[in-house]
Formats: sequence, structure tokens, C-alpha cells
Amino acid sequence: MANVPEDLHYSKDHEWLRVEGDVAVIGITDYAQNSLGDVVYVELPKPGEKFEAHESFGSVESVKAVSEIFTPVSGEVVEVNESLSDEPEKVNEDPYGAGWMIRMRMNNPGEVDSLLSSVEYEEFTSAETE
Amino acid sequence: MINKVTSHISQNEHLIFERSQGGRVGYRLPPLDVDETPIDELIPAELRRDDDLEGVPEVSEVDVVRHFTRISTWNYSIDLGMYPLGSCTMKYNSRLNEKVARIPGFANLHPLVHETDAQGALEVIYELQQYLSEITGLAGVSLQPAAGAHGEMTGVMMIRAFIDARDGREESAKRRTMLIPDSAHGTNPASAMLAGFTVKAIRSTAEGFTDLEHLRELCAKGDVAGFMLTNPNTLGLFEKNIREICDIVHGAGGLVYMDGANMNALVGVARPGDMGVDVIHLNLHKTFSTPHGGGGPGSGPCCCTKELEPFLPVPRVVKDGNVFRFDYDRPQSIGRVKAFYGNFGMMVRALAYILTHGAEGLREATEAAVLNARYIAAGLVSDYDKPFEAPPMHEVVFTDKRQSRKGVHTLDIAKRLIDYGFHPMTIYFPLIVQGAMLIEPTESVGRQELDQFIEAMRSIAREAKENPDLVVGAPHSTRIGRLDEAAAARRPVLRWKPKEAASAA
Amino acid sequence: MRYIPNSPAEREEMLRYVGLERAEQLFDSLPADIRLQKPLAVPSALSEMELLEKFNRMASRNTAATRPSFLGAGAYSHYAPTIVDHLITRSEFFTAYTPYQPEISQGTLQAIFEFQTLVCQLTGMEVANASMYDGSTALAEAVLMAERITRRKRVIVSSAVHPEYLAVADTYVQHYGVEIERLEIDEETGRTSKEALKALDDKTAALVVQSPNFFGCIEDVAALAERAHSVGALLVVAVTESASFGLLRSPGSCGADIVIAEGQSFGVPLSFGGPYVGLFATREKYARQIPGRLVGEAYDKQGRRGYVLTLATREQHIRREKATSNICTNEGLIALAATIYMETMGRRGIEETARQCAQKAAYAARRISELKGYSLPFSAPRFNEFVVRAPVKAEELLSRLASERNITGGLALSRYYEGRDTDFLVCVTETNSRAEIDALVEGLKSQIP
Repeated sequence: MANVPEDLHYSKDHEWLRVEGDVAVIGITDYAQNSLGDVVYVELPKPGEKFEAHESFGSVESVKAVSEIFTPVSGEVVEVNESLSDEPEKVNEDPYGAGWMIRMRMNNPGEVDSLLSSVEYEEFTSAETE
Repeated sequence: MINKVTSHISQNEHLIFERSQGGRVGYRLPPLDVDETPIDELIPAELRRDDDLEGVPEVSEVDVVRHFTRISTWNYSIDLGMYPLGSCTMKYNSRLNEKVARIPGFANLHPLVHETDAQGALEVIYELQQYLSEITGLAGVSLQPAAGAHGEMTGVMMIRAFIDARDGREESAKRRTMLIPDSAHGTNPASAMLAGFTVKAIRSTAEGFTDLEHLRELCAKGDVAGFMLTNPNTLGLFEKNIREICDIVHGAGGLVYMDGANMNALVGVARPGDMGVDVIHLNLHKTFSTPHGGGGPGSGPCCCTKELEPFLPVPRVVKDGNVFRFDYDRPQSIGRVKAFYGNFGMMVRALAYILTHGAEGLREATEAAVLNARYIAAGLVSDYDKPFEAPPMHEVVFTDKRQSRKGVHTLDIAKRLIDYGFHPMTIYFPLIVQGAMLIEPTESVGRQELDQFIEAMRSIAREAKENPDLVVGAPHSTRIGRLDEAAAARRPVLRWKPKEAASAA
Repeated sequence: MRYIPNSPAEREEMLRYVGLERAEQLFDSLPADIRLQKPLAVPSALSEMELLEKFNRMASRNTAATRPSFLGAGAYSHYAPTIVDHLITRSEFFTAYTPYQPEISQGTLQAIFEFQTLVCQLTGMEVANASMYDGSTALAEAVLMAERITRRKRVIVSSAVHPEYLAVADTYVQHYGVEIERLEIDEETGRTSKEALKALDDKTAALVVQSPNFFGCIEDVAALAERAHSVGALLVVAVTESASFGLLRSPGSCGADIVIAEGQSFGVPLSFGGPYVGLFATREKYARQIPGRLVGEAYDKQGRRGYVLTLATREQHIRREKATSNICTNEGLIALAATIYMETMGRRGIEETARQCAQKAAYAARRISELKGYSLPFSAPRFNEFVVRAPVKAEELLSRLASERNITGGLALSRYYEGRDTDFLVCVTETNSRAEIDALVEGLKSQIP
């Protein structure tokens, strides 16, 4: 059973989002890392890049697959997790902690409301598994 | 130092760089027979190497022979046994073909000699073109592409050039969609991309065929330049609606490209040109048995209809009376796709293959290849999930559906097959079949070996039920076990470095 | 057919096992109207003896193959140790597939790892791939890679790059939105014109040069690298004569960002233009943009070292239309031949071969330049090729040399260039004896009008 922390917001593309003021911390969920397998490379944007909601901001690679990752909300990247370039395995080991990917200043923090809660996300993933 | 720790018959063999000893030599050249000019007068020091080729190995001839002989024993090969990689056509590579390719008149021929001094080479090219044209039922042939994907790129660029000429650049610019089945090889979309097309995937039906409704729907949009189809498709099934498929695509103003990877199911039995295909590439290193050599060289001739012929790469080889010559005067050609004329050595081998078989032998090979695949299909259907009902052609797809309930997956079955002395089949391809195992025995396997293969697969199915850990931990018989590919990709080490340099980095 | 194991009786039994009566029924899934109704128009099978006779006869019509030759221009005659061909024809290498199953492909994988290392050592680069089709397609791929890295659409090439390489690059980029512009050469030196380099600007993805260039002249690669980098462009260096690595400063140490080369010089027969092997090397920071296969080091659970295909997510079988290239099959066996060549010749042999080439070419150049009516138009230092300006049309001169003296004296540049009717390119390698060179000089002398 995948770990789904209660205090986070989720997208149907399997990203999680934590609100810190007007900044959103974004990564991929435990469910996503589990279905990808061993993450070997994470491609991330540069600080200053701007994204619309649901836009691809990078990709996660396992040995034999590439998956795009999407912004749950719109905004400007303020920081990326540089340590993932040397230790992409953090995405597997600690997807909600050391495996975070970007911090983004949100254009409209209200967009968070359209995301899934932990309960809704759990329902969503269990439906997808079946 | 004895540090042999494995059960393999040969010694451990480290990298050649680790064997190197300063002062060893493995060559001898004749002494320089001209007066030596001080090198500084020829090439100033700033243009010369100053590293004395440090790191390049210094080994004797014996060192090299032992090195490669030892590491060669770690490879599986066709000559050792069945190599049932689906869509790869690992058939017997005749030594006779090697012999003819090494005749000095071919091997020592420079590509830029005058064509009158290379008539035999041009004859080889011309004659092979004629036979490939006959085998595919398509009038135009270029042997220039160096491999299958290269032939694909050539073919789709020709489609684009043809439509440009037919519709004019402005109208043609509205046709930039290349349709490709979701079961296709990855090279198809990658090649279409090089010709500036946008790729749209065509679904396959539950029965394993091109979804005609989806094809009609996408063709109706009016932006379709072509459809790239493999036939038999990568599920090993013949697209029985091929005529209709071609009609739909042609009716929508597009052209049909056929990926010839699976031509081993058709040679002498049916011809793409007769089905309505406009352009196809062949893989001489599959269907026509030129050796795979651990990943090439290949050769990917491109064959096309009369209408597309003006767009083939330059130069073409033509015959005027009894004289062969290169024709560079092809104003509509897509251009050159390779320096010189293609992988000529592979052409010599493929021509020898065709002539050794003759018309009857070519058909016989096709029949034997299909029969062998059918035999495996019949032999395994009781133990493995066979997702498609239709009778397979030269290759058959199974899945790990039954075994995965016990936690045994396709990868494990493939690795366990190694312990039984077989090279695994193609796995996880085509992508649309979960846990796919695509098996292509080719004609080069006798019944006893097919029976052994079937028995090995059945035995693995039993093991998956009774002792799944045995399968999941396979292979158990090889010099090394499964390698940690994730670690290799996370911190790639792509070359050897001297110890000090490696630790400093 | 002797390559098909099963006897007719066995095939009958197998047919019955799969529920069929006749072989034709194997093809019942093909509609009748597309099945071939007659045998292919291919002659009946030839026996081994008949086949050898036919091919020997055809080969004998390749009269140029047995003649002393001074042809280079992208394909070179070099000595190849006997063990190269012996080892590559071992079944284990020659009848193996691409090493997708590492546990039973370690021979191929380790050889490729050694190949990648040797290519890095010779080119002075950090990462090399497992091979490309040949030098010309490697160059085209380098141009596309430069576009991916810089996101710029303009590529400036020296017109002293092999004309067939440039033609291939034109074909590859024609639908890619990349514009290729050609730089003139300096008629004095034979090098890429310094004046023309002003064309480089901040829209330029790459400057592409060849060294030694098509006219045999060694370019000042370090200066070109500096020039390219000053506008943020990459420097792509092409090498058609890989024997030159034994003597010339490596492109990597001169600042090149991508180095491609034709590896045919390393033990690969001329074979009328192929199969050859493309070398492709770059900087470590661009490893994820490299086309084609890569082999990397890996370990199993017991800590035993092995090799695997790695960074495969760049490739077409995973990334499909977004792959770094469409290449799949490359030149595995030819890369193996080159590896065995480089290791057998080794550090000293690669150096000595290069030195002999340069010395013999210098001798030939000096002797020819002393002939009345002949001159060497370019002043730049050269390796083993040089342009000769003849007193008469070069094509006719060379044709007479072949028929009267049985020597292939070089390549008439009129094949590729307008206005170079009297120029021809001469290549000299360690395989050309002094006697051959002297015969060439005598032959040229005899043609003075």
C-alpha cells in the first residue's frame, strides 16, 4: 500500500504539492515512484522558468522508461533540488522528503483547491490499480 | 595471482588496459624506406600530440589473441544454438558468404576508383537490386542505407519529397502526419521525426490487427502523409486487410511505408508491391543472413514503386548495354544518406545468400521459418498465455500472465531460459502486450532443438508454480549474475581510466 | 536447402502436429489475391563451387583492386594484422546479436567498453558511443546533436570537409529546420579561411571542420575552437583518416566539443566503401544527448564487474520520436575489428604507423613538387594527403597513369569541385613502398606535355 501523507495535495498525474506560504514544493508520489521502479535520472527546469498548470516541467527516468512530470499549479520555479542529479535514488527512498523536485512561487494559490486530497488520491490510485 | 572465482571455463579476463605492460608490442612494420625528414619541419609541435598516447595499451599479439578468445566465450551465438529473438531474425550466417566478401577483388577495392575499373562491384550491386526488386515486387531499389532505421529514414524522406512534388510545397506542408501503429518498432517514429513528420499512433484491435476504424478516422483529417506498417506485424500476425489499409491511406492522399523487418515470413510467398505498398526497407542482416556481429553492420535497402523511384538517394547504379555506371543526375533525389554506396560488403553476402538458395530455396526457407514458429506456438499454448488467436507467421507472442500470479515475470522467464542453454526471446516488445515474449525461431532450427526449447519453456512454467524463487533468481549458470542496471545508469562509468585518475575523479 | 535442418519427412510430421496437411496452408492468413502465383524470377540454387566461380569472375572485373594505389579521400589502405580478421570471425562475436542480455553477452559488451575507452583516448574526449554507421552519418548526427544542445539553428561548415559528408549532412537536416552554410577555404594555405569565420554569430549552433581536411591540410583546431566558443557555438571536428590520431594533437585537447571520425583506417578493408565504422565522442556533460548505444560498467549482487547497455532512455526503443537518434543497429563487428586493431598495434604501433604515413607522404610530396610543371598549391602542414596541381587535366592524367603504368595515382578533384580541373589528391600510407612512390613520380614525369 502506497504512502499518502494527509497534509499534502495531489494531482492525477501523481505529483504531490506542499503549500509553504505562496510557495509550492512539488515532487512525485510514493505510488508514482513505485510504479516507475528505480529512478536513475531526473531532468528538472532552471530557477526562473515559468509554467502553466498541468505543463510538463521535466522528466523522471528509470532504466527502461521515461515519464514526464507536470506542474499541478501555475507559477515560477524558485529552486530545484540539485542533489537529485547525483542521487536520483532519493526519489525512490524518500519521495515526500529528500526526493522533492522543485519549489515554485504560485501565481494563484487558489489553484491548490482544485487538487485532490489524500483521501481522494488514495481512491484514485486504487481505482487505477484495478 | 589466481583469483578465478567463477565456474566458467575460461580464466577471468580483465580489461586490456589492465593487462597492458610498458614495452610490450603486438605488431611489426617494415622499416621506413624513405629518407626521414625531421618531424618539426613537417608538422610544427603545437599541432602534434604531446601525450605520447598515454593509456593506449601495450600488449603482445598473444595477449590480444587470448584476451579476445577468452571474452568471446562469454557470448551466446547463433552457432551455439537457437537465438529466438522476435523481429530480429537470427538465422544461420553462412561461412561461404564470408569467403566471397573477402575475395581481394572486393575487399581491396577503393570506393573512389573509376567505375570502369570496378565493373564487378557495380555488377554485384546491380544484380542484388534486381533480385530485391523481384522479391518485393517494387521497381526502384537503393542499397545505400546502412541499416534498417537508415532505410526507414530514407523511405519517409522519399514520401515527403514525393508529396512535395505532387502537391507543391504549400499544399504538402499541410500533410505532416505520419501514422504508426502502437505496436511498431521505436525506430519508426524516430525516423519519421527526422523527416519532419508528427507521429500519430494507430491503435491495434484486441485481435492484434490495425484498427481500420481508427485508421479511417485519422485519415479523414486530410493531413496524413503516410502510414508506416510492419507486415507481418510485430505480433507475428499477417495484416490480412493490407489491401484495404493501402486503399484507405491512398484514398486519403497518403503513401504506405512497410517496415521490412519481418520479411522472413514473406519471401517467395507474397510481395509487398502486390499488396499496394509504396516503399519498404529490407534488413539484409535479418532476412538475407548477413551476420549481426554483436550489433551490426547492417544494410537497409530501400525499395519503392516506379512513381517514387526519382526520389531515391544518389547515386544510383544503372546498366547501359553491358556497362554498369553510377547515375548522379537525379534532380528529384532526396540526396545522399551515406558516403560512397552503402555497406557493400553486406551486399556481396546477401547476393551470395540469394544465389545459394535460388527461387525454390528462398520459398523453402520462408515455409520452414513459419512452420517452426507454428510448431512452437502449438507446443507452448498449454503452458503460456497466448494473447492472440490468429495463426502466427514467422514469430509468435506469449505473455507472462499465468506465471506473474506467482511473482514470476517475463524477465525472469527469459533469464531462466539462459540456464537451459537458450538465448532468450525478445521481451517486453511489442509495448502493447503486457509482459510480451516474442519468439522467432527462424528456419535455421531443427525439430530436436525446437522440442528442447519447448521442453525448457514448459519446465520453466512448472518451476514458476513450484519453485518461483528459482526462476526469479536466474540465471544461475552464467559467469556473472543479473547486473545492477539502475546503479550503472545513475552514475555511469563509460570508459576505463587509470587507477589514480579514476580515484581522483 | 542445406542451411535448413529439417528433412522433408520431419516437416511433414511437424505440419501434422500443427494441424495442417500441406505447406501452403501455412499462409492461409494471406488473402489469395496477394499471394505469389509463380516462383520468383531468381535463378536456381548454385552449389558452393558454382557460387565461388561466379564471384571470383565478378571480382576479377574490379581491376583497380590489384593496382598500387594512392587513393585516400575518406577510405584508406592500411596494414591490418592477421589476427584482426581471425578474431572477428569467431562465431561468438560474429553470430551474436546486440548485447541485450548482458549475462550471455559479456564478450561483446567488454569489447565495446574497450572500444569506447580507446576512442576517448585517441580523440582526447570524455565519452564515446558504441559506434555509428560511418564517418559521414556520424557527422550528420553531430550536427543534429549540436542543435539539441544549443537550441540554435545555424550550422557553419568548412568547405574543406569531405564533400560526401557534407552531402549527407544536407540530407539529414533538410527537414530539421537547420541551415547549413559553407565557409570558403584559403587558397593559399588550403585551410578553412580565417576571414570567412566572421560568419559565426550568436545564432550559430556549431562550427564544423575536418582535420586533416579534405585537401590533406591540418587545421589549427585550437584557434577554431576558441573562435566557435567565443560566440557560444560548439566545435565539431571530423577526422576521416583516423591514422592521424597517432601523430596529431587530439581534437579534444584542442577544445573540440564533439569529435566524429571514420574508423576504417583501423584494420577495416576498403570493401568499396563499406561497412566502415563511425566514431563519435563528446564531453561528459553532453552524454545524455549522444546518439546511439553506450556501454557502461555494472556489478552483480556478488560484486562481480560486468558491462551493460546503459542510458538507454535516450534511444528510439524507449523515447521513440523524442529519441536522440533513430539509430538501432550500428557497426558492432567493425567496431570490434577497430578495437582489435588499436590494441594489437597498441601505443607504439599507432604512433609508428602515423609517423610512417607522414614521412612517406612528405617524401612523395617533395619528389612530385620537384617535377617540372607540377606544384603543391597549399602551404599548410599536412599528414598523409596532399593536393597536386598538374600541368594537364587531372582526370585524363590519372586515367593514362592507370592504363599505361598500372598505378592509381589519386583522386581528380574535378569529381567534387568546379574549377579544380588540374588538381588531384594524393594519399600515401605505410603500405606504399618507396618503389611504388618512385613509380608514381616517374609516371607523372612521363605525362609532362
